[in-house]
Amino acid sequence: MSQATLRIQKISGHAGSVAGEDTQRQSLVCKLVDTTTCIGCKACEVACVEWNDMPFSPTVFDNTYQTMPETRWNYWNLILFNEHEREDGSLQWLMRKHQCMHCAEPGCLEACPSDGAIVQYTNGIVDFQQANCIGCGYCITGCPFNIPKFNSVTKRVYKCSLCTDRVSEGLEPACIKSCPTGCLHFGTKEDMKDLAEQRAKQLKDHYGYANAGVYDPPGVGGTGVIYVLHDATKPELYGGLPSNPSIPLVVKLWKHPLKWLGNLAIAGGLIGLFVHFLRFGPKAREDEDISTAGGRP
Amino acid sequence: MTHPEQVALHHHVLRYNLHERLTHWVAAGSYLYLLATGLAFWSPWMFWLAVVLGGGQISRMLHPWAGLVFTGSVVYMYSMWSKQMRFTDVDREWWKSLRYYITNQDDKMPPAGRYNAGQKMLFWSFFIGGLVLLLSGLVLWFTDSLPWSLRWLRYIAVILHPIAALVTIGNFMIHIYMGVFAERGALGSVIRGDVSMAFAKRYHPGWYEEIIGSSDPPK
Repeated sequence: MSQATLRIQKISGHAGSVAGEDTQRQSLVCKLVDTTTCIGCKACEVACVEWNDMPFSPTVFDNTYQTMPETRWNYWNLILFNEHEREDGSLQWLMRKHQCMHCAEPGCLEACPSDGAIVQYTNGIVDFQQANCIGCGYCITGCPFNIPKFNSVTKRVYKCSLCTDRVSEGLEPACIKSCPTGCLHFGTKEDMKDLAEQRAKQLKDHYGYANAGVYDPPGVGGTGVIYVLHDATKPELYGGLPSNPSIPLVVKLWKHPLKWLGNLAIAGGLIGLFVHFLRFGPKAREDEDISTAGGRP
Repeated sequence: MTHPEQVALHHHVLRYNLHERLTHWVAAGSYLYLLATGLAFWSPWMFWLAVVLGGGQISRMLHPWAGLVFTGSVVYMYSMWSKQMRFTDVDREWWKSLRYYITNQDDKMPPAGRYNAGQKMLFWSFFIGGLVLLLSGLVLWFTDSLPWSLRWLRYIAVILHPIAALVTIGNFMIHIYMGVFAERGALGSVIRGDVSMAFAKRYHPGWYEEIIGSSDPPK
């Protein structure tokens, strides 16, 4: 693998600057998922398991076509099915390929305390480095999409790597390569946005989907996986896609104001106690304790 | 609390029996480990603490267990001391005179009992803080087992845990300062168990009177 050739622009739990930040002019990569042409064949699920060489994972049947209720540490890519009844009573079968969104501002990376366990490359891919993972699970709290999954044997967390190993060799991710309908595309963020907007316009102008649109949520700075939806006003219909995802407020409070207030309070307290000792000293000297039974006023 | 036989020879009096001292050091040892590993997870600037203590994974693995030991010892302290830690009228007066205590004018302080109001505050902050840390810590320990629908528990825990920790850290710093630097003889009392009668009279006059009243005054 040639991940070493990828430059890193963000590092979790890292003290000091990041060497790769703003050092390279590189295009952001992006996956485009057109939910309107997905047929739910799950070729992408199989390709993901195959390429990433995952061990067998049992399926869970819950009266839908879905392979299992949610992604797993060894099942990073899952089509979510929803049999949606429209207002006129007709059925709309919604399918969405669910995986890590590769946020520009990743909540997992923000929450992670371990140096280098989560990195973001200059091409936008957010990648877990399991060797540095301490298994605290803070990334699970930080993620607004329910993506990082814990392996209780290795005590580390796993998720879609956007096929970093393939992308860094100039190949498209395994899921993209396997898609038979062409509902999956891979390219630069700019190109994918253009293509998505074109498709949304087509759906509006020619297919009667007045609310068709592109899902690229600004709350997390945009994502490295974008969707074309029949109805972009109700992303929740697509397996609970949050309409306005962001890093949880408590994670932001914890990692910024609380951390700096806490550090200042600790440092200020230490300095204050030291200065107090210089000014007032001990309450009484050791020898006084022993010699004067009556004590000193 | 203080029985005649606790008054030792040579102007010294037993302040903490072996039971109390052992509990104190179980709490102290586990707290120091929790503090070091907790600070490592708190800030990247202090992550080296986890490295020194065997690596991030080991620290993450042992931190919750040390937390169980710590909260266990604090709950045990509650069973030993909760009655003595109740705030009294003297304590309220003591708080009002805090500036004299801070400026070492101990003669102007109202007579504190076995524990002064500051020590009582330390105890309650560690007891309540310990319980908050335990409950939020359990959520963080088993964070992966919580379903997505209960993620709000994670959000509460992830903010409460550091807040409660910071409260205990503030009290801990004052505790170390008072016990090791400010009140000479206090550290010895929790190691050897006894303090001089002068110490008792100067810092805990109420307790001193109790001792004098319940036994023959030492020679």
